[in-house]
Amino acid sequence: MRDSFIKALTELAEIDPRVVLITGDLGFGVLTDFANNRPDQFINAGVAEQNMTALAAGMALEGARAYTYSIANFTTLRCLEQLRNDVCYHEADVTAVSVGGGFSYGQLGMSHFATEDLAIMRALPNMTVVAPSDPWQALELTRQLHARGGPAYLRLDKDKAGLEPAPASVVLGKVREVRAGADAVIFATGAILGEALAAAETLAAEGAAVRVVDVHTLKPLDVEGVVAIASECGVVVTVEEHNKLGGLGGAIAEACLEGGAKVRSFRRVGLSDLYPTIVGDQKFLRRAYEMDAPAIAAVVRDALKAAG
Amino acid sequence: MADTEALALRLRRHVVRMTHRGNSSHVGSALSMADIMAVLYGRVLRVDPSQPKWPGRDRFILSKGHAGACVYAALAERGFFPVEQLEQHYSNGSVLSGHVSHKGVPGVELSTGSLGHGLGVGGGMAKQLRRLGGNQRVFVVLSDGECDEGSNWEAILFASHHRLDNLVAIIDYNKIQSLASVAETLALEPFADKWTAFGWAVRRVDGHDHAALHAVLDGAPLESGKPTVIIADTTKGKGVSFMEDSVLWHYRSPQGEEYENALAELAGGA
Repeated sequence: MRDSFIKALTELAEIDPRVVLITGDLGFGVLTDFANNRPDQFINAGVAEQNMTALAAGMALEGARAYTYSIANFTTLRCLEQLRNDVCYHEADVTAVSVGGGFSYGQLGMSHFATEDLAIMRALPNMTVVAPSDPWQALELTRQLHARGGPAYLRLDKDKAGLEPAPASVVLGKVREVRAGADAVIFATGAILGEALAAAETLAAEGAAVRVVDVHTLKPLDVEGVVAIASECGVVVTVEEHNKLGGLGGAIAEACLEGGAKVRSFRRVGLSDLYPTIVGDQKFLRRAYEMDAPAIAAVVRDALKAAG
Repeated sequence: MADTEALALRLRRHVVRMTHRGNSSHVGSALSMADIMAVLYGRVLRVDPSQPKWPGRDRFILSKGHAGACVYAALAERGFFPVEQLEQHYSNGSVLSGHVSHKGVPGVELSTGSLGHGLGVGGGMAKQLRRLGGNQRVFVVLSDGECDEGSNWEAILFASHHRLDNLVAIIDYNKIQSLASVAETLALEPFADKWTAFGWAVRRVDGHDHAALHAVLDGAPLESGKPTVIIADTTKGKGVSFMEDSVLWHYRSPQGEEYENALAELAGGA
């Protein structure tokens, strides 16, 4: 996804001289071409994310279209107040780009897991929050985010859901159905959508038709779409590589309750409000923390049973 | 000189009235920078009150956002909005918040209040203005206590590395922070040496001496290829004898006899 993002941003930077990419000393190899070909549009701010974000805001207030780039917690939590006060309050055209959503850096340990970023970014007024599920989608959403302008948060994943490219089906701010079914629905965000699809496949063999919906835009959430789909299916499960609190699960629950969706049972799949203390690759950690396809299938079965 | 001194006196009177009326804090912090603000808005800054967003303007950022009263007073005196509007400071429904805000206030470039933000954003503005080839300058006023914030030191590194000689930081060095002196809290000295070591052009001046402020600010930036810092030695609460050098007046609001006495001390002039 990061390569797709850079590809899209390189194209945008060529036609829009206002684009500037600011890294917090991350992106070895990934950003090299951009840095070499467009030196005037590239800044390495050093390992100084508060200043990276503040300077992005300052440049944006003077007409730049700034992108900050680092590992997820460093573009968000480390400089949260710069995002809040300098970027969001001033409606500055800054997009914070995170590599390493969820357990992407699974072997590096807790400091590098992005498992609260969606909830926290979602809580910031004026902030658009996007988590693509596939590299081709990251490319498409980068273009659409640029057209919309910041403040924005783009969460990139090392994994991919594995869907065939269908850029025309991706619309910023709209949910996207990727599998049909009416017995239950799984709303998923990010590359873990692939696990949701595998779970739906398993459940299909058992006779349950489970719809799978890609929520690449967490904010602004497509409330109308979510409420309609939840009402059609009645059984709702959310899947995110993130703490269960405040992220996709919270957003969907809020939309369903406020929108009067006819939901008979509701479950969230995600990290159960804890910090992982073991390490492993992304697949391993999803299994260990009950967020992989079998675990999702089990939760959907439970939700179907509860709905009667 | 007489002009900016008279302006500084008016700013001080506004500040005392505003903090009295609003029953608000930080009168000492606002009084300590009144001379700096008078010299900036009375003489140095290239701004046009009839076009607050004129692209050719110099940018001013108050990083020590708690002294917002002094900025509002300076903007009103400079004609960005009616002086009478200052009466709304701190009042219900007003946009003139205690910490300076750009929302609905012409002439304010950046909302601050949380310390350690102004220099980083100012550095970004300076960088972008330079990329666009302009000759505008970015002035940022910081407090001494604010220099405890690590984000400033990130910004200080950035500005010299990028040779931002259109960036001018001014430290309102009144030597007192919230609870005690700077020296007792988290000492900054040797302060000028720190900035020099970080690659900035440094001048230390008496922050209440208008001739000295004119001399140094008229020439800002001081050196080609380096950002400038002006360490202005000031007195907290300057201009009101019983507020001077007192921690008490960081938070206390002038009321009753104290208010009357403060205004009496600031009487005269223009």
